[in-house]
Amino acid sequence: MSDHETTDTDADGQGDSAEPTFEAAEYADGTVTYPSHAVGPNGAERVGTVDLREYEARVVTWTTSTATPPGVREPNTLAIVEFEMGDDYDGPPVRALGQIAERDEAGGVTGDDGDDSDNGGDQFSVDIGDRIEPVYADELREPGAGIREPESQDWDGFQFRPVE
Amino acid sequence: MERVAIVGASMTRFGQRDAWIRELLAEAGAAALDDAGVDGGDLDHLYVSNMASGEFEGQTGVPNALAHDLAAQPAYTARIDQTSSSGGAGVYAAWQSVASGASEVTMLVGGEKMTHRTTAEATDVIASLTHPVEYRQGVTLPSFAGLTARLYLDEYDAPRESLGKVAVKNHRNGVDNPHAQFRKEVDLDTVLDSPIVADPLRLYDFCPITDGSAALVFCPESVAEEYAPDGNYAVVSGIGGATDTHVVHERADPTTMGGVVDSSEVAYEMAGIGPDDVDVAELHDMFTILEFLQSEDLGFFEKGEGWKAVDEGVTDRDGDLPINTSGGLKSKGHPLGASGVAQVYEIVKQVTGDAGPRQVEADTGLACNVGGFGNCVTTTILEGSQ
Repeated sequence: MSDHETTDTDADGQGDSAEPTFEAAEYADGTVTYPSHAVGPNGAERVGTVDLREYEARVVTWTTSTATPPGVREPNTLAIVEFEMGDDYDGPPVRALGQIAERDEAGGVTGDDGDDSDNGGDQFSVDIGDRIEPVYADELREPGAGIREPESQDWDGFQFRPVE
Repeated sequence: MERVAIVGASMTRFGQRDAWIRELLAEAGAAALDDAGVDGGDLDHLYVSNMASGEFEGQTGVPNALAHDLAAQPAYTARIDQTSSSGGAGVYAAWQSVASGASEVTMLVGGEKMTHRTTAEATDVIASLTHPVEYRQGVTLPSFAGLTARLYLDEYDAPRESLGKVAVKNHRNGVDNPHAQFRKEVDLDTVLDSPIVADPLRLYDFCPITDGSAALVFCPESVAEEYAPDGNYAVVSGIGGATDTHVVHERADPTTMGGVVDSSEVAYEMAGIGPDDVDVAELHDMFTILEFLQSEDLGFFEKGEGWKAVDEGVTDRDGDLPINTSGGLKSKGHPLGASGVAQVYEIVKQVTGDAGPRQVEADTGLACNVGGFGNCVTTTILEGSQ
């Protein structure tokens, strides 16, 4: 067990609180993965969760996809980011893939209440090495528009925006 | 363990076809049986490599349908689905069936019918292989390619033009392939000026959506001359299959495909050779960046040097290591379940000296078939019997 602070949340990361968490799994050997798996990369059992909102992250790479599937905003800028887990962490890199958030008219972000159904809007620009922070969005993609059964998974989650 | 020979091979024309999946499979299957000089009733095992006939067309149960259409009952049948590497996985299953002694004559037919779907629909069917945390973000296989290409260009100081040169080379090779979807050369400016699909990759960095089928007939090498009286056939000298993480961002190095590394190590060891002994290779260039990654992860070139090999013409048809003499998925097309079978078809043609205008000097060839974005991989090494 590492020194990372763990939280008890349910499987969708919503926990008992109203504030959504960016839930990664922690395993008995101290490794952390996002998303969670039945066992860790070295076979260790899962022992808790880590809220990735508590860690800074940097952009590993990014792309803007202009040919998106049904129910996905177009264009769709995506980034793989890597979280800085601290000097005590010696497991594999903890990364996540996510959409880059959109600017709202006031210069903030859309997410909970923004219109992000199929119009890519004005998405933030990012580059390799940029610092980002997670921003919650209640619907990343329109459930049921694509081939996947809407009830089979969650459709909310975290986008990323650059840290000024 | 029996050494396994390939004594029959066929492929249909790849491209936009009127035929549906049953007809495509039967077309390639009948031609391969004819090439081997056997009837459907001679088959002990019949495998079908196919990713998504149910999702694309609403037709399931295709192995049984094919067995009936080719009068192959009571042959044992199975469908092999390993997404884009269904074909390679089918080669593995077919090889295993003969090597183990379970089957004396096995046929593998790979096929997919896709072009009746819109690009967005087909992209979504393929993207359905992703993890829920990836799928909900709207990720596609092309966007994985864009993410990886940007990182590769940045890490290895490779010019954008080097990716375009893969497309130019493979289109040039495809001109001489009568089965290829695109038999037309493209120049570098056309590639670099084409519309962006997943920045920094553009339209010509991607393979097309394709209908088509390919088939192979396997038997023990000890009886191969019964089916190849001239003694000219291919032998599966090495084969390996491996997986990498389902979630792409969890890989230690996003520019390394662990499944390619691991599957090729097994295949090389079985064949008793190393990468320097390979004379010709078919790589899974679903996206141009994948040709760099595989050529490095197979050990042909040092990490970060694959782009230089393309730049210097090493992988041209007349180069030291010709790659994708068929035109690759880029030019030939990519009917998902057929592609891995068609890769081996090309290597069979090369090592038996039957590749016509595409022929290169080759005793040993390698095919690397990749599913997902490197999620599952089969590497097959073939040698000519003569």
